[in-house]
Order: sequence, then C-alpha cells, then structure tokens
Amino acid sequence: MNPETESLHASEAGLSVGAEMSHEMTKQYLTFFLDGEEYGVDILGVQEIRGWEKPTVLPNSPSHVKGVINLRGTIVPITDLRERFCLDGKEYGPLTVVIVLHVHADDQSQKVVGIVVDAVSDVYDILSGKIKSSPEVEQQASSEFIEGLYNVDEKMLILLDINRLLAEEAEFSEST
Amino acid sequence: MAVDISQFHEMFFEESFEGLETMENGLLNLQPGSSDIELINDIFRAAHSIKGGAGTFGFNGVSEFTHDLETLLDLMREGKFAVTTEAVEVMLQSVDCLVNMLTDLKEKRDVDYSASQAVSEQFKVLLNEPRDAVADTSPSSQSPDQEEDSASSSPSTAGDSNWHIEFKPYPEVLKTGHEPYRLIRELHELGHVEISVILDGLHAYDEMDLAECHLGWTIHLSGKDIGRDNIEEVFEWIEDEADLVIEQINTTEVIAEQPSVSVDAAVPSPASEVAVTAPEDLKASNDEPEKPALASVQKNDAKNQESKSIRVNIEKVDSLINMVGEMVITQSMLCQLSKEYSSDRHEDLVAGLAELESNTRELQETVMALRMMPISFAFNRFPRLVRDINRQLGKNVELVLDGEQTELDKTVMEKLGDPLTHLVRNAMDHGMELPHERVAKGKPEKGRLFLKAFYEGGAVVIQVGDDGGGLNANKIRAKAIDNGLITEEDELSKEDIQDLILRPGFSTADAVSDLSGRGVGLDVVRSNIRALSGTLEVQSKEDEGTTFTIRLPLTLAIVDGQLVRVAGNVYIIPLTAISESLQVETKNISTIAGSVDLYRLRDENIPVVPLDEIFGHGASTEREIPKMMVVVESNDRKMGIIVDELLDQQQVVIKSLGANYRAVEGLSGATILGDGTVALICDIHDVFGMSAGQYKQDFEKILNQNTNHAA
Repeated sequence: MNPETESLHASEAGLSVGAEMSHEMTKQYLTFFLDGEEYGVDILGVQEIRGWEKPTVLPNSPSHVKGVINLRGTIVPITDLRERFCLDGKEYGPLTVVIVLHVHADDQSQKVVGIVVDAVSDVYDILSGKIKSSPEVEQQASSEFIEGLYNVDEKMLILLDINRLLAEEAEFSEST
Repeated sequence: MAVDISQFHEMFFEESFEGLETMENGLLNLQPGSSDIELINDIFRAAHSIKGGAGTFGFNGVSEFTHDLETLLDLMREGKFAVTTEAVEVMLQSVDCLVNMLTDLKEKRDVDYSASQAVSEQFKVLLNEPRDAVADTSPSSQSPDQEEDSASSSPSTAGDSNWHIEFKPYPEVLKTGHEPYRLIRELHELGHVEISVILDGLHAYDEMDLAECHLGWTIHLSGKDIGRDNIEEVFEWIEDEADLVIEQINTTEVIAEQPSVSVDAAVPSPASEVAVTAPEDLKASNDEPEKPALASVQKNDAKNQESKSIRVNIEKVDSLINMVGEMVITQSMLCQLSKEYSSDRHEDLVAGLAELESNTRELQETVMALRMMPISFAFNRFPRLVRDINRQLGKNVELVLDGEQTELDKTVMEKLGDPLTHLVRNAMDHGMELPHERVAKGKPEKGRLFLKAFYEGGAVVIQVGDDGGGLNANKIRAKAIDNGLITEEDELSKEDIQDLILRPGFSTADAVSDLSGRGVGLDVVRSNIRALSGTLEVQSKEDEGTTFTIRLPLTLAIVDGQLVRVAGNVYIIPLTAISESLQVETKNISTIAGSVDLYRLRDENIPVVPLDEIFGHGASTEREIPKMMVVVESNDRKMGIIVDELLDQQQVVIKSLGANYRAVEGLSGATILGDGTVALICDIHDVFGMSAGQYKQDFEKILNQNTNHAA
C-alpha cells in the first residue's frame, strides 16, 4: 500500500514499552523533516502523503502558496512550509514530499490542504502530559502555531497545531 | 414494539407545506361568488390531509385549527356558504397561521397560538353569521381518522346533541380495577362514538410500566337526546381518578383552540360569547392585518426556499457532477492516448471512444437537468405578495407573469428569491401610484407589474417592471445633495442616477414604511445578484415606469471556455464574455499618459490589459512575439486581454477555489483539464476591476512625477 505503513508499525512496536504507563491520553504524531529539524502533526489530520507534482500557480498569491493541484477531482492548495517558516527554499525533487492534511476552519468546515516538507520521518506515540510548551519567542510569528515540544531520546520534536496553521494562513493571505 | 413515528415527521411537514401552497394558490384563484366545486374540492382535500396528518402525529393544535377551516370549506362545497371576499381572506390568513405553526413545530419551537386564535375567532364569526341559512349542518368530528364519515354524513336533526369528552385516566387507574375500555363501550350505548387517542403521556418504551395507563382519549359522542347526566353517569366511578372534560358542541360553534372547559363550568353559550368578542376581534384584525401578513410573507419566502426541494440531496447532485467531471476528464485523456496510438485497432479504439463520449454527454446532460428548475418556483410567491400589498396600501395592481417555464440553475434560483421579492415590493411601494393618482395622470386605474424571464445568449434575463411613476430625477438629485453624495453643481447623467439608487442607504421614499424605504434595499439586491455573477440594470422613464433587468448565467456549474496561455500558465476565459479574438498589431497600440495602453479596434479605442502583469506572473518572456488579444465585454464595457496563445475551446466543470483555499481576486474558480492539471477560470468582471485599480495607481504615479517635476 504505502511505504509509510511499515515504518508506522515498526514505530508502534518500538514504543509499546513507553505506552504501558499511559494512563494519560496517547496521541500519535506523524513527523517530518524541515531544514534539519523534526516536526510533528496529529496523525488523525493526515489524509495522505504524496510525491511532489508541479501545481498550478495562483495569481497574486503569497510566495509560500505554491498553487493548487488536482487531488482526484478536488482542488487542493499547496503551501511550502519552508517558505512559510521563513526558511531558505529548497529545490523540489523526486524526494520532496507533500503531506495532505484535513484541517478544521473556524466555521467548522473542513478543508484539505497540502504542505511541502523535506522528508517524512516516523510516527510516535506521544503522551499528552509530556508535551512541553514552547518557550516564548516573541519575534517568531511562526511560534504561534507550535502546539508544544516533545523530547524523544536525544531528539526534540516540534509539534504543530495544523488548525492554527490554517487560521494563520487565512490571516496572512488577507493582509497581503 | 413501539414505532418511532417521529421519523415520518419530515415527510409530513413537506407534504403539508406543499398542501398549504396548493391551498394558497387555490384561494387566490377563488373568485367571490364563484361556485367552482373543483377548486374548492382541491383546497378542501389539501386541508383535510393536513388535518389528518397532524392528528396522526399528535399535533392537536394544528388539527383542531385546520378543523375550522375544513368546516367552512365543507359548507362551501355543499353550496351552503357563499364564497365571499372576507371568507377567502380569513382562509388565506389561516393558511399563514398554519405555515407558522408548522414551521414552529418543524423547528421544534413552542407554537405561538395567539395568531391562530384570532383567526379561529374570525372563523367562528363567519360560521355564525349565516347561521339561519346553514343552521344544523353536519356535525363535525374531532377525530381525524373518521373524517370521511362526518364529511359525508347527512345534516342531523334538531334533537341531536353532540358532546366532546376528553378523558385522561391517571396512571394508577388500572390498579384500582377500572377498565377504560368498558367505559367507552358504555358510551357506545348512548349514541355514535368517535374516538381518538391522546398519546401525550406515553413514556419511552423502556420506561413503560405495563400496570399503568398512560393513554387518554378524545371522544366525540353524537346521538339523540344525550344529556350531561347520561355521560357523567358513565364516568361516575372514575371521576376521581381521571382528568375529565365534558362539553357540548353547538353545531355552528366548533371547539378549536380551547377545548378545556372544566367539568364544573357551565355549558358555554357560544352564541352570546361570540357576540361579545366578535366586534373586538374583527376590529383588531382590521387594524393590524398588515404586520402579521407581512411577517408571514417573509416566512413564506423562507419556506419557499426550503421546501421547494426536488427531493434530491444536493450533495448527491454535487457528487454526480463531480463524477461527470471525472468522466469528461477520462474521456479527454483517452482521446489524447488515441492520438499517439497507431496500431491496427486504432479504429475500434476511436469507435469505443465515440461511445464513451456520447455516454458522458448523456450523463452530463441528465445530471445538469437535475439542477435546472423552471423559474415559476421563484415566481409563484408573488401573486400572494402583490395581493397582500394591494390590500395594505390600497393600490390596484395586476401582476403579469411571463416565461415561467424558463429554466434556471437551482442554486441560482434559491438565491434569487430575496432579491426578486425586494424588487417586487419596491415596485409596489415606490413605483406604483395610488389609483386616483393614476387616473389624474391619465393612466389606466389598474397598474401593471410584470415579471418576465427569457433566455438571451448564454444568460437568463429576468425583468421586474412596472408602469408606475418611474424614477424622479429631480428627487434623486435633491436626495443625493442632501446626503452629501453630490454637490449642487454636479450634473447627473442617466448612469449616475442608476448608480445612485443602487447605493447603500439611498432611498427616495418620502416616508419609511413597513414595506420599504429604509434604503437598505437595492444595493443589497445588487450585491446578491453580483454574488451569482449576474448584473442588475435599471431603466426608467418618469411617469412611464421602471424596469429592473437581472442578467444571470444559465448555470454555475459548467462553463464554455476559451483556453489561453499566459506566461506558461493556462487560464480559461468564459466564452460568453468574449466578443472576438485577434492578433495584436503593435501599431494599433497607443500609450496615453505614459502607461495606459489603448488599442484601436476599428472605430473604438479599448483599454489593453496584459493578464500576466495583473496576475503578478511578471512580464512574460515571450514579450517580443506577436501576441493575441481577446476582446471581452462586461457591463457594456470592452477590454482587450493580452495573452500569449489561444488554445482549445472546451466545456469545463467549475470547481471552487474557496472550498479548500479562499476566493482569489480575478478568478471565478478552477477546473481540471484533460491532462489532469488544474486550470484557473477568469472572472472578467473582477479583471475589469483589477485593471481599473492598476490604471489608477499608474495614473497617480504619473501625477506625482509631474508634481515632483514642477517642484
């Protein structure tokens, strides 16, 4: 089916030890790399993972909105998360990955959006109690849609709130 | 096993609303003095099924109220009650009441019975008036189930007595050895009994105690010489263990709204009661029929939009359209494949493709037909509206409908209701003069208001016109000066006037009325129409009338488009907007004021808009190559859009950008081409606006430069 499925099962097995003490809520997060950092999104919001394809450019759109693609008859906008986070852009290649997400807009309607990331990494079971809030970084606008931080071994995961990401997106679009 | 009847509620409401519409239309066509039995029968049948349904579902308020209406109709069809203007009026009001009651019930709100009570009183008055003529007509039953009986039953003789009994035993009644069934059987010995069950006290299935009695009964008893004593005797032993209401029904007085007269109370004497209350009620209803009528009209509007469903889930329709879109795509992909495919079976492939194509088309047409509805769905509320306003404002206006069979996309239709209502009200209130004013002007006393729909090119045109006073240019001018929109010196052209009356907050009405004149009107109408990518125009001549013309695209789902390439992107320009396409001759372009390009097209100079620039794609690399220009028209303005190349023409299925992203200026949507890529559809109206904005900026820039030079 999907090459991701294997790694998904592997990670579940590997983390089952940690899940034993889960009297708290456990959530699964899909993580991906962006400029060397590992970010995570709630796996329930992930619809599918696709390869990069050239989207149709929208007129007068902000630079991080790459355009729209045809996803089996639905028009889906594609946002480059690197550019959204003001990171240096990267050439799109065969390994560039688009994660298609379901997000809830303010008016309860559901939208489907795609985000461009460097590579998909893993799936983690995360205890909600162990998520640390991110330190206040005033200047960074992008810190607003960070749900929290989570430490796994030596690594640190940055968990993103995708719904807030979209809300931010709408605001950003209006101001431009 | 208890059956959950609430699942049928939706169906009941839908049928009832349809029935009410039948009744309303019937009543509007019912001329005073007429004896059109067919028409009266139609109305009667509709009322009867509403009553029956309401009774079945336990909406007693509705069934009791409908009962009065039914009694009156029954008398009418038997020729015992003349069809009078007042009667029709009361019946129309009752239809409104029913609409409100049913809407409340549907929305699970508390039903407001005050309006219906007032109407029922009027019914009583009506039924009482011609009492001599129609005295002792058929007794009416309380039970919906047995309605046929009463309808066909012959008028009873003077010795008859009719009793209404409400019998609600307390839950414990069975434990004390009483048997309600036995009591009812005893009643049978007294006379003819009709029974309906009161289910109000019934518990949910799992909470039900079999040893308890949760039922109540409404009993209608008729027979010769039954006295109160006889009945009380039957219930003697159970009196203390049940809620019991016994009351006598007079043949012309029908218990409708307040069936609860306690046992202790004396038998009401309906004749005197009505005599006291009637004048007040009549007065009250004469004083303020406007407001309730108006409110109900508005509710009607809402109703029209909802219940006029074609009983196809709109999501289903949408997904079907999606499917069709997909099929069209597959077909064009196969088409492409066949071009590169060159083996012996080529011909077969082509034949198969031809079939697929015809299938696709057929399905497409079928699906599209689902969405198309005759415009009469939007028009049919107006006869009532005009009639009500005529009465309310003392005007004499005849409504003429034309082209009701013109079909229009359902989505468009639903959003058209409010703007049209507004225009009609506006015409009735402001446009039309009072009869004596018309006579003074030498016009026929009866005004004409017409609603017209027809096709014109790829658009549907709807006109709302009147032969009333027309727009008074001086009045508008004065008002505009008052409001500070223009100054004393400004001259007003025809277009300016049109523009002014469409402005927010602009009203020429001398006084704000219930109907209109608050100035929150035409601009809303215009923006509603714009949202449907249509246009609104006004033509008016003083003392001859005003005509509003709405132009709408036939459908919002599919568009015939011209594919063009702009800076490597494919855009689609709707064919309906294109008047011609030509190769750009550089010598015909002249640049005025430094940056605004005009193109000499025969005798006209039209502004030139490079699509790549206004869409922010940067200047195209193909600048040097002779380009193509597509001349488009919107609102009678022309504009030349510069593109790199003209591609195919094809029908495309419009998909929303806002669904997953947001609306983008200059685009009306997107579509999927044969190769699976997304192409964007231009909104010509928007493009005009964008180019105008750009010119303004450029112009200001030039102005600034000039002032700098001067300084």
